[in-house]
Amino acid sequence: MVSWTGLLAQILAIALALALAPLLMGWVNQWRAWLQNRRAPSLLQPYRTLHKLFHKESVLAENASPLFRIAPYIVFGCMALACGIAPTLSTDLPLAPAADAIALVGLFALARVFISLAAMDVGTAFGSLGARREMLIGFLAEPALLMVLFSASLITQSTSLARIVETLAHQSFAIYPSLAVAGVAFTFVSLAENARVPVDNPATHLELTMIHEALILEYSGRHLALIEWAAALKLFAYSCIGLALFFPWGVAEAGTPLAILFAIPALVLKLAVGGVLLAVIETINAKMRLFRVPEFLATAFLLAVIALLVHVLLGA
Amino acid sequence: MDFHGLGIDFERLATPLPIWHGAVDADRWEALARAVAEARGRLVSLWAGDRRATGGGFVVSAAYAGLDGLLIAELTLDAEAPAYPDLASFFPAANRLQRAAFDLVGVAAAGAADRRPWLRHGAWPADFFPLRHDADPQARFDPQPDDYPFVPVEGDGVHEIPVGPVHAGIIEPGHFRFSVVGEKVLRLEERLGYKHKGIEKRFVGMDLDSGARLAGRVSGDSTVAHAWAYAMAAEALAGTSIPPRAAWLRALLLERERVANHLGDLGALGNDAAFGFALAQFSRLRENWQRLSRDCFGHRLLMDCVVPGGIAADLDGDAAARLLGQAADTRRAVEELKRIFDEHAGLQDRLVTTGRVTPALAARLGLAGLAGRASGQGVDLRADFPWAPYDRLAVQACTHLNGDVAARVATRFAEVFESLRLIEDILAQLPAGEIHTPVLARPDAVGAGWVEGWRGQVFAALETDAAGRIARCHCHDPSWQNWPVLEHAVIGNIVADFPLINKSFNLSYSGQDL
Repeated sequence: MVSWTGLLAQILAIALALALAPLLMGWVNQWRAWLQNRRAPSLLQPYRTLHKLFHKESVLAENASPLFRIAPYIVFGCMALACGIAPTLSTDLPLAPAADAIALVGLFALARVFISLAAMDVGTAFGSLGARREMLIGFLAEPALLMVLFSASLITQSTSLARIVETLAHQSFAIYPSLAVAGVAFTFVSLAENARVPVDNPATHLELTMIHEALILEYSGRHLALIEWAAALKLFAYSCIGLALFFPWGVAEAGTPLAILFAIPALVLKLAVGGVLLAVIETINAKMRLFRVPEFLATAFLLAVIALLVHVLLGA
Repeated sequence: MDFHGLGIDFERLATPLPIWHGAVDADRWEALARAVAEARGRLVSLWAGDRRATGGGFVVSAAYAGLDGLLIAELTLDAEAPAYPDLASFFPAANRLQRAAFDLVGVAAAGAADRRPWLRHGAWPADFFPLRHDADPQARFDPQPDDYPFVPVEGDGVHEIPVGPVHAGIIEPGHFRFSVVGEKVLRLEERLGYKHKGIEKRFVGMDLDSGARLAGRVSGDSTVAHAWAYAMAAEALAGTSIPPRAAWLRALLLERERVANHLGDLGALGNDAAFGFALAQFSRLRENWQRLSRDCFGHRLLMDCVVPGGIAADLDGDAAARLLGQAADTRRAVEELKRIFDEHAGLQDRLVTTGRVTPALAARLGLAGLAGRASGQGVDLRADFPWAPYDRLAVQACTHLNGDVAARVATRFAEVFESLRLIEDILAQLPAGEIHTPVLARPDAVGAGWVEGWRGQVFAALETDAAGRIARCHCHDPSWQNWPVLEHAVIGNIVADFPLINKSFNLSYSGQDL
């Protein structure tokens, strides 16, 4: 049964994600600049960039197929939907029964497939290069992400993200070794999936070292704006999933408007802290060699397996 | 004086470093190249000229560095079918220099395997040679077809990645053609020359002082080195010797230029490994450095400070104190940053073993300057032929044996500390006196200059006409020697590491395209 508060929470969650995702990006960039002793760009800079791109002409290659044109919308749609599935504000979400954790991973994979196909569509060397690298990272990151979600599912006996959050938030306050290990694995995967240092460098202009940026080199105007916005949404979605799994406190369970209202500041606070931590990670690390990435993601997978084993063996 | 027993009459030019000039015939041209190669000497530069207007023919000149100093051999060629024996079989670096000489003057290297155009990108026809005296500098041509045959690499799964000349970032234009299997580089071929702007033609007819301004703009990051090499050539040609204070101040400028470039490169190298912290810190140091250069010498990059006969402006005691203070501050900061670089495991993992040029390969290909020293080639003019004021400063050449990106980083750090030491010693010992002597150009004379710039040996050759104006000026940047070695340095590395390897060499496009 879809309650009206549930519907409200759902709409609010997606609207909040769309509105806040660029802000999170700006916040991370600001902290990165501060940590490097630079003067920081404005917190609102990502909005200005999106505004600028939406008002620019979109230039297409002559041989671009319709796939190239629709890919940004698909990617954007996938990321917006992912933000809707992740229990950011409330666990009483109409969309939640429609898609569980496994579907969420599939959603990310779908976006990856389309952006990679679009990158190869125009036929430039960098597009293929980026698509190849993106797939290398994707096929290693997805299993690790699934294992992390499975270890959380084992604890709560459900693959529904909303159920997982409800159960975890209700458990007595204690340190779960399995969750702690899974949290580290999840951090590794998030860095790789969101093209952050040490796996990729979102600020680079060196086309030969790019992964994510190489995929989107041919995009401009509103297409690029959608992709940039989708990238911000992806970071937002990953952050929310991480918070939901490992720091579920503050998410509204009862669908009362007041609880949802209180959930917003809790979410913003948690995201702000998470953003600072991401900036710290990005400042103290250098980008690793491309062929160290498989080792890095294999480590993430291994940690996720350990988390599962810890749960099975210790029951914690 | 005769070298290598070849019967060539070399004449010493009036330069502070030992530079010798002599005419050769075609047999001795080749014999000298062989003798220099066997004695492990190096080719410094090769250039051609056109003297038909004054009753001569075409000339081609080669400059070799050896234990005796710099030998410049000049070969006069037939006016109808100018050709000279190929040097690329002795010195691989001669390949592109010979192709450029053909594109500009139309003198061919007989027997050369590679005769593709180098500077001519279809902007002028194949039978037009812009540096010939009868070539109209105002001539305009429709774009010519430009089918440059890259060397193909074939095999299962081999494909090409063309990069540039327009890049994603704002950098100089150059085209890089990678042949790769997956991520692994099998072969890299460079195509440069996009920044050819006719500097050597522009020199013709200038007086010595205007030429100094142009020479200082050959490569913006090496303006002091190029201006000093040019000024040395002008002074040799005129028979002028500069006042001691001017020489000391020139060395001060050269070391400041070296430190500024090394600071910039170290930051950029960190940034290319996504270690943005390094870029922010080194950029701050470099910016402070350049601001003080502007305050003390009037130009952030020190352009137009070195002029024929001395230097343009004197340094007062107050400025000297500020320079000393900045040297001490910079040393403290760089020491701390070096510690961070050395202890950062992630960064070291990117740098160590990447882009390796072994000392043997470096010697065979003639890797020059800073990159050469990082590959065990202990060549540094300031230490090998210490001219005033370096004869009083006991410069230590900073060398490394590993030849990888990490070695080039370590060499930069070592050279920053050595240059800071030199700056302090220069300021402590700076003699008083004049800073400029008038230089009166002699007609129909030759001069040459040779200076250890931050990137390597910068060379200039100068000739005057009957009126004492410039008939030919050739400015040589060490990038000519090092670009071809970069092609070897990336073999076997992954494509994603190329920007880091390229930055560790940091070669000039503009300075060699001229």
